[in-house]
Amino acid sequence: MRSAGSRILSIAFLLVAVLSVIVPFLALVSAALQPADTLAPTLTWPTDPQWGNFASAWSMAGFGSLLASSAIIALVVVPVSVVCATLAGYAMGTMRMPAKGFLFAFFLAGLTLPYEAIVIPLYFAMRSTGLIDTYWAVILPLAGAFMPFGIFWMRTHFESVPAEMIEAAQLDGAGRFRTLVQILVPGAKPAIITYALLTFMWAWNQFLLALILIRDPSRRTAPSGLGTFVQQYGENIPLLAAGTIIVIAPIVILYFIFQRKFVAGLVQGALK
Amino acid sequence: MTEPLTRTRGESGRVTGSSRRTRRGWSSLLYLVPAFVFYGTFTIAPWVQSVWLSFWEWDGIGAATWAGFENYIKVATDERLVVALRNGLGFIVFYTVFPVILGLLIAAVIAARPRRGSGFVRTVLFLPQILPLVAVGVVWRYLYAADGPINQMLRAVGLGDVARAWLGDFTWAYPAVGVIGTWVTTGLCMMLLLAGIQKIDPSLYEAARLDRCGPVRQFWHVTVPGVRAEIVVAVTVTLISALASFDIVYVTTGGGPGYQTIVPGVLIYKLVFTSNEVGLACALATVLSAIILVFVAVIGRIGRRGA
Repeated sequence: MRSAGSRILSIAFLLVAVLSVIVPFLALVSAALQPADTLAPTLTWPTDPQWGNFASAWSMAGFGSLLASSAIIALVVVPVSVVCATLAGYAMGTMRMPAKGFLFAFFLAGLTLPYEAIVIPLYFAMRSTGLIDTYWAVILPLAGAFMPFGIFWMRTHFESVPAEMIEAAQLDGAGRFRTLVQILVPGAKPAIITYALLTFMWAWNQFLLALILIRDPSRRTAPSGLGTFVQQYGENIPLLAAGTIIVIAPIVILYFIFQRKFVAGLVQGALK
Repeated sequence: MTEPLTRTRGESGRVTGSSRRTRRGWSSLLYLVPAFVFYGTFTIAPWVQSVWLSFWEWDGIGAATWAGFENYIKVATDERLVVALRNGLGFIVFYTVFPVILGLLIAAVIAARPRRGSGFVRTVLFLPQILPLVAVGVVWRYLYAADGPINQMLRAVGLGDVARAWLGDFTWAYPAVGVIGTWVTTGLCMMLLLAGIQKIDPSLYEAARLDRCGPVRQFWHVTVPGVRAEIVVAVTVTLISALASFDIVYVTTGGGPGYQTIVPGVLIYKLVFTSNEVGLACALATVLSAIILVFVAVIGRIGRRGA
């Protein structure tokens, strides 16, 4: 009797938790499909869904160019981060080097640094070098900011590779670089893919740097474009909801395809 | 630090001269160069520069004048800055305390017995974690609106008197924004703690059951101590996001009404781009990173002591 009661209670508890996440999304979708002049959309499925809201949000806020900017930034940041972190993680995980402990601590310190503490000097530096309002203004700092996690992540992977494997490759005459490229990278694919997905997500979602370092509306990224869209069209809920769905769609689609890798990356990355 | 290669190399006696060992040691630094260039140039150097700027009074355009510790005195006395730091610290309740408690309860319920659909529950609860926080802010801005879904629901169940424009209300704006943080971070806490629970030796639960411990006492005496290390991690990660929060506040309230929901991140933005107080903004940023560093160090120490 008691166990049946606790069973119902625990299922009810999980149900409430799940609903508290799903309902806001349903509200968002239903709002996006209301007629564009609806001031206060109700929480009901629209009788005549206005799919055209997506088209008008797309053209009014220029979401096409916003998504393109974000995609360009992410598609440069991801390979740069992956290559740098793989090289550094390989060295940290498998080689002897002077001042290794200090260097590792130096890189790890970046895990705690808030973006707020670097963005102001970056703004003035980018302004004086003329990089402000270019994609580089966001790409370069992001590549730097992702390095601590990347090195940590790749080092953990390479440490787990049996030393004999590296030994064998080097006995066969492979140099250290060839050992990495031909022997270790193929085996590191799962770790690299997870890291690439996480950096893509962080680059896509980044708001503060994108907002400050790219102020030219024609080059804004999707999140910072959404931030300004709120200020302009805050009262037009259906349009705003449609715009929000456009911005979150790429990352949500990736999440549902690579769900395990996202979860494993964030959970293991934190726990390691 | 473990160095498996050193060990095997020593055993097999492949490394002969000490000069060779040293050379190989230095050349391994080459692999760090690309990472170092990006990280050093675009993270560490700006951070050092931010600390340097915090000792100057500068409007971002004209000449800067040396200010000494004046900006830091303002951080400790100027009402706006004190409130921002206090609000940031207060967010720890919403970003860390609530999510860890909720995440632990959810993880314990999921782990208690295999159930159809628990994969679905995890997938859904983790979803807020991967969304751009700006989008999260937009969604909640709508939910909290005067005629938004939350007030509609309140009116539908006869609680119309409670309904209000949550984000514009002097008393309620702060907890309302805090709840958004809880919504975002609970999923990650749940996943971290679930990973911890699954590592607990089942025989401990068996022993507890033999001692006639019910589910509640098992939770307190086996589960909670068993996930201590994971709690430390969850607290560390969420604490950083509480103190460094920007996106959600910027989008939902911009810090208002008044300074009710201002946090260091938003105030730093305003100090630089609205009131041209660059030195003061850098001082606040420096204090913020120092607070985060101290918290992380203290939590890490507590975690190690428990291990």
